[in-house]
Amino acid sequence: MPEFFLELFSEEIPARMQAKGAEDLARLVTEALSPLNPADVQSFHGTRRIAFACRIDASVPESRLSERGPRTTAPEQALAGFLRKHNATKDMLTQEGDFWVLDRLVPGAAAAELIARALPGLIRKFPWPKSMRWGSASPFTWVRPLRRIICLLDGEVVPFALAEGEDDAHGLVASNLSEGHRFLSPGVFTVTSAAQWKAELAARHVVIDAAERRRLVADGVAQLAAAEGCTIVEDPGLLDEVAGLVEYPVPLLGRIDDAYMDLPAEVMQVSMRVNQRYFALRKPDGSAAPFFAFAANIKATDGGAAIIAGNERVLRARFADARHFWDLDRTHTLESRVAALDAITFHAKLGSQGARIRRIEQLAAHIAPLVGADPHFASRAAFLAKADLTTGMVGEFPELQGVMGAYYARHDGENPAVAAAIAEHYWPKGAGDSVPTAPVSIAVALADKLDILAGFFAIGEKPTGSGDPFALRRAALGVIRIIRENGLRLQLAGLIREAGLADPTELLDFLAERLRVQLRTEGARHDVLAAILAQGLDDDLTRLLARTEAVASLITTAEGANLLACAKRAANILRIEDKKDGPHHGPINPELLMLDEEQSLARHLDTTEPAVALAVQQENFVQAMTDLASLRAPLDAFFASVTVNDADPALRTNRLRLLARVRTAMCMAADFSKIDG
Amino acid sequence: MNAIADAVSKPVSFQDLILRLHNFWSAQGCVILQPYDLEMGAGTFHPATTLRALGPKPWAAAYVQPSRRPSDGRYGENPNRLQHYYQYQVIMKPSPAEAQTLLLDSYRAIGLDPMLHDFRFVEDDWESPTLGAWGLGWEVWCDGMEVGQFTYFQQVGGIATVLPSFEMTYGLERLAMYVQNIERVYDLDFNGKGVTYGDVFLRAEREYSAHNFEHANTERLSQHFKDAEAECAALLEHKLALPAYDQCIKASHLFNLLDARGVISVTERAGYIARVRTLAKACCEAWLAGEVS
Repeated sequence: MPEFFLELFSEEIPARMQAKGAEDLARLVTEALSPLNPADVQSFHGTRRIAFACRIDASVPESRLSERGPRTTAPEQALAGFLRKHNATKDMLTQEGDFWVLDRLVPGAAAAELIARALPGLIRKFPWPKSMRWGSASPFTWVRPLRRIICLLDGEVVPFALAEGEDDAHGLVASNLSEGHRFLSPGVFTVTSAAQWKAELAARHVVIDAAERRRLVADGVAQLAAAEGCTIVEDPGLLDEVAGLVEYPVPLLGRIDDAYMDLPAEVMQVSMRVNQRYFALRKPDGSAAPFFAFAANIKATDGGAAIIAGNERVLRARFADARHFWDLDRTHTLESRVAALDAITFHAKLGSQGARIRRIEQLAAHIAPLVGADPHFASRAAFLAKADLTTGMVGEFPELQGVMGAYYARHDGENPAVAAAIAEHYWPKGAGDSVPTAPVSIAVALADKLDILAGFFAIGEKPTGSGDPFALRRAALGVIRIIRENGLRLQLAGLIREAGLADPTELLDFLAERLRVQLRTEGARHDVLAAILAQGLDDDLTRLLARTEAVASLITTAEGANLLACAKRAANILRIEDKKDGPHHGPINPELLMLDEEQSLARHLDTTEPAVALAVQQENFVQAMTDLASLRAPLDAFFASVTVNDADPALRTNRLRLLARVRTAMCMAADFSKIDG
Repeated sequence: MNAIADAVSKPVSFQDLILRLHNFWSAQGCVILQPYDLEMGAGTFHPATTLRALGPKPWAAAYVQPSRRPSDGRYGENPNRLQHYYQYQVIMKPSPAEAQTLLLDSYRAIGLDPMLHDFRFVEDDWESPTLGAWGLGWEVWCDGMEVGQFTYFQQVGGIATVLPSFEMTYGLERLAMYVQNIERVYDLDFNGKGVTYGDVFLRAEREYSAHNFEHANTERLSQHFKDAEAECAALLEHKLALPAYDQCIKASHLFNLLDARGVISVTERAGYIARVRTLAKACCEAWLAGEVS
């Protein structure tokens, strides 16, 4: 199969758009060339290019296409439109049932022809998130100026031009000329195949494989750190970005001036990351090391000495700025900053940050005793929780909110639990982050999130399918994780009312849905969740989770599966018979229990029912399941030898009532009818 | 030209840096202009950029523009921040195909060798809400420091550019500090003969900081803003785009002063910006109308 190769060479593409650009290119070209059956698809991206290679058929064979047209009874216009669309005449049509059918011969096409036809439109309509015009008056847009199009079929240029109508599209045409590293290997080279292109780029100081660039950066900075007896602070997002900023990564290590080593480690790290894309280092004891690592894009003639010196200078200026904020912020106590929060709008309908703080204070104090926290500390921490929003440091680096508050609180001599809660009330920040475990932190974190949820639900700002501008899903998941991972026993409905939402139903449903989604991603069976949630959300999530786990483990045992089958059979019979003359509830007449098997089942139910009820009440769900499982043998035997629908109506009613009791007993734990199988 | 050899032996002085950039961009066919004689926040406000970026006529210019940022004043005490500093501004319309190469050559001309330093083009979307302008381009980094802003203008005064320009802005003090290896702006060698940046500007920074933050009369400033707004509208009636645009520049600077005095609330702020933008748009439209006829 011939090889197809396409490279779009431009001025520097924003790092965050490169991978998606390459992905879109691969998808669109594969679609456009689908008649040629693309295989062995590869895509590439780098600072100045996205590229694509695959194997394709040499041509599309001639084929017959049968196209169904309008009904023969349809108005003339419909038929005329159909003929116009296919450039056909009426005598070319045949009739098939009530429809006109056009049988056409689709001529075959050589691959080059199809490529040349498809690509200009594909490139013109390429979905960059933001693109631009440049140079001449051409309306053609690209993410940054597009300089070269390399398009080859088995090493030969597939000739096409981007020009369309009056638009010359900067005279861009397909060629076989590409470029290497901007500084280290200036000038063009001829491309003959994807493999040769990769080899040439490697020789011309361009590492085209993004994963390899990432690895070169990661390994390089790790080695430099190790040589100083330190380690790099893990930062996958930063690695990805750096790998997109360089064509030829040269890892280097710089030194941090001792004068700045007393700055908080988080401040140094954020300043290095956000402003400079540097990696932070840690000493073996976990403290900040006086180094930073980065990747240059060039192997400098002096071995990088000037580059390191320059970067060290820039960092000194950055840290001088940070020092300025750090010193200035500490001249005012956090407490003295709280009043200023009244002037910061949180949301037009929910008032200022100050108003929000007063709500969280109350709620945190209410939650505190329920989670073993001192209410005084909880409300103090809530009172100070947002005060750092008015500091210069958080103004400069918003991602340090909470972290700075904790530093400043310690500086002010606040209780350590209060200081920690100021930082930790934002936790968990993301899916992989830990939840607070200290009682005061838990109280404030829950209060903060419940206030957001109750507030936005109260003003009707609920997340929609696509939009969640106030990150309510994240807040809900935060509440769930804090309760779950700390095993807290809380009645959420009451807390939601306490947070100011009179009717908690909708918010509880929202939380139930988030919990369901979360458990599903952890691999829980959807039918088990349906069985548990069918009875409405138990607002004590810890109890609900224990119940879920007990049901899930019961149905994986042979005993449980069998019990389930019997219970289903009972439920099915009841459903059918109830339709005729149900429902069949009521006392069982022991006189009418004719057979041993029905007597045995009745006896078992007499002991099992209260046992299950007690176990559920004591929240011993595992015990409840064991008790229920004991019904399996008598139920089995019952179905083996008892005819429920006896000719004698009195016997039939009595037996149906027996089955109804089985169903009721099962439902004390979960709605087993929702379980599959 | 021996610029590169000179640079290696001895770092360029502040004024020599400007002269070399003038020489370089003059050789590229740019009109070398002098600073515009009005206070403005950035070189982009100069009519040679804002107005000339519009319409189909080719244009290329380079100039130094004093930039006034009243709220950045630090009474001469901060080593990096100034309420008055110099931007070196280049505009070429249409943007030349070799814009990036030209730019890198201009850095060579002032002694920064891309084989010795780490030059990068880092994503930067530029936007000026007061001018109703935006463009895409990069921050130009040298060894981790931003040494310039490179923009392909897409829209100015709310009007799409017919021929997108290439705009390059160098922060001259910062660049000079880097080239001279100086950590405090006032220590910059100004002329290579003993005069420092502080000798020239330290007193001005102190006095203007006091003016910007403490003494500028806010009532009169508000009135001046209204006057400029009214004058701009009146001049536009007579299709006098350039004098009208002067009033727009004045209004913008008066707004910056009021902002530095802390008398503009968050909501009012957006209102002021919108009012300046309205003026800028009207001036741009008037300029274009005059160009066509």
